[in-house]
Amino acid sequence: MADKAVGEAAVGRSGGQAVPDPDVRTEPTAQPPDRPTAGALRVVGKALRKVDAVAKVTGATKFADDLALPRMLYCKLLRSPHPHARIVRIETGKAEQLDGVKAVLTGKDFPIPFGILPVSQDEHALCMDKVRFIGDPVAAVAATSEETATAALDLIDVEYELLREIGSPADALAHPEPRIHDYGDTGNLHKLINLEFGDVEEGFAAADVVREDLFFFEGNTHLPMEQHAALADWSADGKVTLWSSTQTPHYVHRALAKVLELPAARIRVIATPNGGGFGGKSDPFSHEIVVAKIAMLTGRPVKITLTREEVFYCHRGRHPTLMWVKTGVTKDGAITGMHFRSLLDGGGYGSYGVASTYYTGALQTVTYQVPRYKFQGARAFTNKPPCGPKRGHGTPQPRFALEVHLDKLAEQLGLDPAEMRLAHLQPPDSLTANYLRVGSMGLGECIRKVTNGAGWKDKFRKLPPGQGVGLACSSYLSGAGLPIYWNHMPHSGVQLKCDRSGGVTVFCGSTDIGQGSDSILAYITAEVLGVDPFDIRVVTADTDLTPVDLGSYSSRVTLMSGNAALQAAERAREIILPHAAKQLDVPAHRLAFADGRVFDVEDPERGMGFAEAVQAAESAVGTVGTVGSYTPPKSAARYRGAGVGPSPAYSYSACVAEVDVDAATGIVRVPKIWVAHDVGRCINAATVIGQVEGSIYMGLGEALMEEMAYRENRHVVHKIPSLLEYKSPTTLEMCDVVTYIVEDPDPNGPYGAKEVGQGPLLPVMPAVANAVYDAIGVRVDEVPITPEKVLKALKKRGKGDEGRVGPTAFPDIPWPEPTRVLPPWEGGDGKAVDQAPTLAGGVREERQH
Amino acid sequence: MEVERKLALRHSEGKVSLRAMPESHAQIAFELNGEPCTVGFAPHKTLLEVLREDLGLTGTKHGCELGECGTCTVLLDGQPVLSCLVLGLACDGRRVTTIEGMARGAELHPLQTAFADLGAAQCGYCTPAFLLAAQALLEQNKSPSRNEIKAALAGNLCRCTGYIKIYEAVELAAARMRGEDATAPRESLYGR
Repeated sequence: MADKAVGEAAVGRSGGQAVPDPDVRTEPTAQPPDRPTAGALRVVGKALRKVDAVAKVTGATKFADDLALPRMLYCKLLRSPHPHARIVRIETGKAEQLDGVKAVLTGKDFPIPFGILPVSQDEHALCMDKVRFIGDPVAAVAATSEETATAALDLIDVEYELLREIGSPADALAHPEPRIHDYGDTGNLHKLINLEFGDVEEGFAAADVVREDLFFFEGNTHLPMEQHAALADWSADGKVTLWSSTQTPHYVHRALAKVLELPAARIRVIATPNGGGFGGKSDPFSHEIVVAKIAMLTGRPVKITLTREEVFYCHRGRHPTLMWVKTGVTKDGAITGMHFRSLLDGGGYGSYGVASTYYTGALQTVTYQVPRYKFQGARAFTNKPPCGPKRGHGTPQPRFALEVHLDKLAEQLGLDPAEMRLAHLQPPDSLTANYLRVGSMGLGECIRKVTNGAGWKDKFRKLPPGQGVGLACSSYLSGAGLPIYWNHMPHSGVQLKCDRSGGVTVFCGSTDIGQGSDSILAYITAEVLGVDPFDIRVVTADTDLTPVDLGSYSSRVTLMSGNAALQAAERAREIILPHAAKQLDVPAHRLAFADGRVFDVEDPERGMGFAEAVQAAESAVGTVGTVGSYTPPKSAARYRGAGVGPSPAYSYSACVAEVDVDAATGIVRVPKIWVAHDVGRCINAATVIGQVEGSIYMGLGEALMEEMAYRENRHVVHKIPSLLEYKSPTTLEMCDVVTYIVEDPDPNGPYGAKEVGQGPLLPVMPAVANAVYDAIGVRVDEVPITPEKVLKALKKRGKGDEGRVGPTAFPDIPWPEPTRVLPPWEGGDGKAVDQAPTLAGGVREERQH
Repeated sequence: MEVERKLALRHSEGKVSLRAMPESHAQIAFELNGEPCTVGFAPHKTLLEVLREDLGLTGTKHGCELGECGTCTVLLDGQPVLSCLVLGLACDGRRVTTIEGMARGAELHPLQTAFADLGAAQCGYCTPAFLLAAQALLEQNKSPSRNEIKAALAGNLCRCTGYIKIYEAVELAAARMRGEDATAPRESLYGR
């Protein structure tokens, strides 16, 4: 594959690249030293400003709600007050008659369904015949003022026939009827998964210790500071433009084309800079489709900005997940087999849920060697706001379970949990039992960094009562190996233009959600062409102007758009090189591109400006423009369900959390966290640190306080959808963070880079839970670890109980027949083993607890 | 200004009643970012709405419009306030500073420079509010401790940064404003 070859040529596992110069370079105008050394990186790895930093600190960045067009209408959505009901009748006449109202739409205006996954096209822009959660949109009004639109909502009369509400997965299991959706694996179970990689029972038989544990991870939400907003404009030549705070303009483009029945070429989607996303703006949303449709109908621009309350209803956040794990280990802590079960509360729609469910079982195998692995996962539909992808997408829940489970196993075996992990790491350049291809693997270094930094050996099980330390590790994808819509096309594309002024413009569909993806394009292009990154113009996230990049999800952007940019820039360099060489009369191989010049490395005085070099090329071959693209390597996995888990590269993190627990109040304080993250290679060290610290912050919130809470008497009513009642860490709760960057370059990453935006969140929750146990000797096997739970556990222990709070049973689930795949070391080829009919072991499995 | 009276029908226990929409008729004169400003707006509007909608200053953001997140912070007579909880009418004769008024001409305020250099702005949505709250702090306290910075910024939520780069940027700017030749600590940019 061409792109892969570029990546390998540029880096290679063995390196050959100089360690990034640690000199602080914060002034964009400062020039790098003027003589390049072979292989030295001049931009990559430096702590530079982001290309949009000045716009952000001056308030100049235009977010979606900052946009306004003449004659703009304001849109409001009427949302269901019922969790589960049939829509009998909607009366919109009075609303339509209100002065200033220009359009009132209902479900019948949107007969075509949509959804992010091809297998879950289960949403309508406005509900057709049924509502599935409190907050489900049933009608839309557009009016000349926001106040009029709001007043008109009150004039819409909706008659509902209430249906039994399904409040929880247990409810969904007990009540297959009424079905929330008329599709899905069975009753109100949306998805059932059963995968087997080797015989786990054989593994348990070979173990010295076999342990089972149950865990629960409460749902939580993204809480981006920017509420979703969208503005649509229709022009009389039949084209629609949508500006939206979306992480995935490409998928919004697809959904609009489908629902509006317009050729995609007539639809332009522009993702405005996202005021925080974290996965919450990754689905195509009702409000985006509604404003586009109203713009088409009225011929006027239409804007909608969701209220904070509505953002809670859009949700798509972390799935509440119940988990059971059984692991066999030998005396030295080597895993002999692992069986993992998860039950996800999906909420009212599919969203990314099928993928989320697979993700709860996918990445258990990439950190420590697991020779035999079995995963069973289920997702239930419930009448609550739909769950979807939040930072870590489906993997923080099982990682919490696994890392606490290992802590318990280590204690049972009398091993140090750090030593136990270090002894059984998944090796680099290896295949896992479920056929994930691990490339570079810096977890060992991460564990050593944080344990040394935290003084682990002097603290673990040695601190005074009430104080404790806990360790946990994790791994995450650098982008999904397969696209959401199966095809052979690139996942990311870049077009690059070099003009005769020396200006360079990079066009890419990638979307900056604050993580710095625009800057990555500039840094990589600057590195290759030797120009100042702040002289590069970056045009992104516009379906009319930029080649497709699938979006800012699954931590894919640095690796994928970075590789595409690298290829486009290398191709531009190749175009320019011979003509510059000819003009300078220097052999092409002796030319370097740096400091805005092209020059002879053996005689740096002999050179020309980058603009002159472009002019030489343009004179000889015409306009200088290139393209680059990236397609991930083919996965080794060939079984059904293997689409979730493969990635070009896996990042690794380790974390030590120190806690103070007040036994009188149950309050857990986290003074400090040490974290090490194997990012492969920093493209910008400062943004890597920023992503790590932000991940620790969000993980701390999930560990201690964040929960998507529903009222106790009715499990379907959101407890108080506000920023005040949804507890998230302020400056007063945030801990100190000591960050270690580990660079184990991966051949698949641009300059070896892997992800950093999501992975470092994962170890925080289990590290805190393990530290709480170290501090006070009780286990809270669910998050968030609230004071109530800590006190409850202490009280139980006071009564002579084991001092544990957490789930006590995993329900019976009608698992399908397993897909059996032999691990690589048992002669498997990545495909499922053909099953003889006699192998049927019954569709229902025995109760485990 | 065009005065428009709209009538809205409203349901009240099954009956249809009439409700008058507010008139767009209010005017204040105040100092905005160091310059005199007169603006007319609907009297129910908050300072946030007047700034964004009637004056086109969209640098001031909103996250809840309920006084919970701090994202709409501006300075009113030098003190940080939540502009979503202040009526526009209450600002007559007063002094308002928004993010648009923070730079000194073409030159960034030292806080803005430090935020840009350290990556204290990720998505940038809460950034204007943090900058103004920090500016108010530094005007009162030239050498705030880390805890004083935390306390001063405790009313502002940021979901991206974990606040750490923000503290470091405030400390760096404070040092530079005191005339010190300060640079960012190496570990805050490159880790340990």
